[in-house]
Amino acid sequence: MVRHGDDSENLLGRVCEAVGCGQPLLIQGSGSKAFYTGPCEALPLPDRGPGQVSTLAHTGIVHYEPTELVLTARSGTPLAAIETLLAESGQMLGFEPPHFGPGATWGGTVACGLSGPRRPWGGSVCDAVLGCRIVNGRGEALSFGGEVMKNVAGFDVSRLMAGALGTLGLLLEISVKVLPRPECETTRCFEWSLADARKRMVQWGASGLPVTGMAWDGRLYLRLAGPERAVSAAARRAGGDPMAPAEAFWNGLREQTHGFFYGVGDLWRLSVPPAADIVSLPGEWLVDWGGAQRWLRTADAYPFEVFAAAHAVGGHARLFRAADPGAMRCAPLAPALAALQRRVKSAFDPAGIFNRGLWPEAS
Amino acid sequence: MSLPERSVDRAVFLRELRRVLPAEALLSEPEDLRPFECDALSAYTALPWIAVLPDTVEQVQAVLRLCHSRGVPVVARGAGTGLSGGALPVSDGVLLSLAKFNRILEMDAANRVARVQPGVRNLAISEAAAPFGLYYAPDPSSQVACTIGGNVAENSGGVHCLKYGLTVHNVLQVTLLTIEGELLTVGSLGLDGPGYNLLAVINGSEGLLGVIVEVVVKLLPVPETARTLLAAFDSIEAAGDAVAAVIGAGLLPAGLEMMDNLTLRATEEFVHAGYPVDAAAIVLCEMDGMAEQVDAEVAFARRVLEAHGSLEVRESRDEAERRKFWAGRKAAFPAVGRIAPDYYCMDGTIPRKRLAEVLGRIGELSERYGLAVGNVFHAGDGNLHPLILYDASRAGELERAEALGEEILTLCVEVGGTVTGEHGVGVEKLNPMCVQFSAPELRQFHALKAAFDAKGLLNPGKAVPTLARCAEFGHVHVHGGRLRHPELERF
Repeated sequence: MVRHGDDSENLLGRVCEAVGCGQPLLIQGSGSKAFYTGPCEALPLPDRGPGQVSTLAHTGIVHYEPTELVLTARSGTPLAAIETLLAESGQMLGFEPPHFGPGATWGGTVACGLSGPRRPWGGSVCDAVLGCRIVNGRGEALSFGGEVMKNVAGFDVSRLMAGALGTLGLLLEISVKVLPRPECETTRCFEWSLADARKRMVQWGASGLPVTGMAWDGRLYLRLAGPERAVSAAARRAGGDPMAPAEAFWNGLREQTHGFFYGVGDLWRLSVPPAADIVSLPGEWLVDWGGAQRWLRTADAYPFEVFAAAHAVGGHARLFRAADPGAMRCAPLAPALAALQRRVKSAFDPAGIFNRGLWPEAS
Repeated sequence: MSLPERSVDRAVFLRELRRVLPAEALLSEPEDLRPFECDALSAYTALPWIAVLPDTVEQVQAVLRLCHSRGVPVVARGAGTGLSGGALPVSDGVLLSLAKFNRILEMDAANRVARVQPGVRNLAISEAAAPFGLYYAPDPSSQVACTIGGNVAENSGGVHCLKYGLTVHNVLQVTLLTIEGELLTVGSLGLDGPGYNLLAVINGSEGLLGVIVEVVVKLLPVPETARTLLAAFDSIEAAGDAVAAVIGAGLLPAGLEMMDNLTLRATEEFVHAGYPVDAAAIVLCEMDGMAEQVDAEVAFARRVLEAHGSLEVRESRDEAERRKFWAGRKAAFPAVGRIAPDYYCMDGTIPRKRLAEVLGRIGELSERYGLAVGNVFHAGDGNLHPLILYDASRAGELERAEALGEEILTLCVEVGGTVTGEHGVGVEKLNPMCVQFSAPELRQFHALKAAFDAKGLLNPGKAVPTLARCAEFGHVHVHGGRLRHPELERF
């Protein structure tokens, strides 16, 4: 077990110093997801240099108890190290997070809140979070939640940190629930059009098959997992052709190394009800999460068209990889909700120290 | 957070409410207010100032706007089945019942979601989803009566949390009204929402952040089959080790429950579930899913339980027997209620590996206080329900039970757990909250509350203790030599 690199005193000191002189801080891990967050104003003060604080020296798995299904790690710990350790005990992160770079850190994974193909069945980053230690924008080190599955003492601040892009506090440690790795996994594929694939995904979603992935890229892919006997029985019921090896496909989907993601233009992510019929938008589609996450690669869609299409079916859209880094990434929130979000930001970071200019603060 | 200042006379305020509510939706006579004086934690009672039972969002909005402008506190209430006094009225505030919001608005089988009003009962959702082969997973023991709005407010659990999660894992979207009467939609009909993940804090916010007027819940396919193992052990330690081994072996049971000897005896006498009454503890372990999956997992779990000292493992042969195994567990609280005039149910969560130690120390505390304690345990997720047996008619016994309860919760925090796993803080666990959280942490909670409700009008005095209360709280807890509230004067 890795037990080194507690840099929390230094990190706390850096935040306190920044709070003291009102210097905005850009919290940085490995930078593997900088494309996703977009540009951030790390304003250098005239006499102080740029306000950056790195979590990379704050590493180590603080606690891992396979029989409790709980792992706690410091924010600078490489995601790969965590996944390796879990695999040694036959466990995994249920949310199958993308790395988007070899150095992806634990803190960045939680702060960006991105989940992979298993998400609809294994839960999201937010679902997995059980507790955290943070430094808030008053320079206070605080603990919320813990290392137990059920905990309703106080507001669930830990889960609020997932996806907040570090705008509410600097993450020091995060505890999550982990899951057993299935004994066996298999992928079936089907030559179906998008319309047929959507119908089939709805059926499978309600079928009780042990599904852990459903995606369409011109072909439909169904990933099944569980005890060997159950997986073979499920595969027989579902039909289709076996796909071997399938790991490269799911990895490519998760890390966006699949050919679809190499095209020109913008990459949009639409989070929508799985069976939703989305109005036609110009571009190419790839469907993940059994229909609940749709990727649109386009050079021709207007942002407001995409926002409106997602909104019309009760979902939302975000410009995930922008051809123009300065482009608008998400639709403005309803005014009352936007005002509330700003007040929530102020409740944690009254002076606006952390990751100034990053969405969702800016929304 | 300052206490709200009400600036209006009752008669005047009633007149103002009459303008926005039909007469039958407004209650002000003591005999009409009586039914609202407590929730399921009946040791605490208070008559509300006024009670309202609106049946449209516009009416709720109008009531909230009035309360906000006049500085009148508001306590929202569902079915009143909560166990921590979260729906206890405040004597100078409006009790807002959402009982009339009892309609299922939409069953969307293709997207596997249900859109419901907050007063819909938990079980009613699963009943309405059943024709589509779907159900709503969280199943608190009160699911026949409790409402989804209350479930969201408390982030309710149940016996299937290990595999299927809490309320927070099964809610996609919440529409709520702020105290200022603003309508907000949080989350989306997809699997995540834009901006901060406010759903995370709304689930379990105990009515402090907003009034929920609509909820979209996730539905799951009804498992093709389910089978339960009942394993007996000659010690609590052995039972705890066996549970750890089941999880360590890579199984994720749908339910994993434990009962100690006192509780299983009381239960057996009550419902005759066929429990082995000589066992020190029993473990119930349920697998669900596709038939082939359940076959494989049950066989594996049986081997693990047997290899870890189980004296006897029974397997439910059919649905009737499976229900019988569960009947005992589900009747545990009323069963204990039969062997003592009163019982006080605690709700701590602990890391499972500390179970034997914690139960040992609860045994010592039980002797010291002269009060018996039975234990039921959601073993899969570490949620422990010690049931303290007492007799309220004997002078001082309630106070002794409460003091024992607080010691148990302090013990839970000491071993790395929490003072409430699923019942909520309400009014009941305000003092133990001072043990679990430091002053800056409590201040952060109050700041978050103020972002939603700057005047502190929604469910005041619940869930998060004031710093002053923690300072006054008899026990000032010192952890690792650090005083929890060094900034406050001691008297």
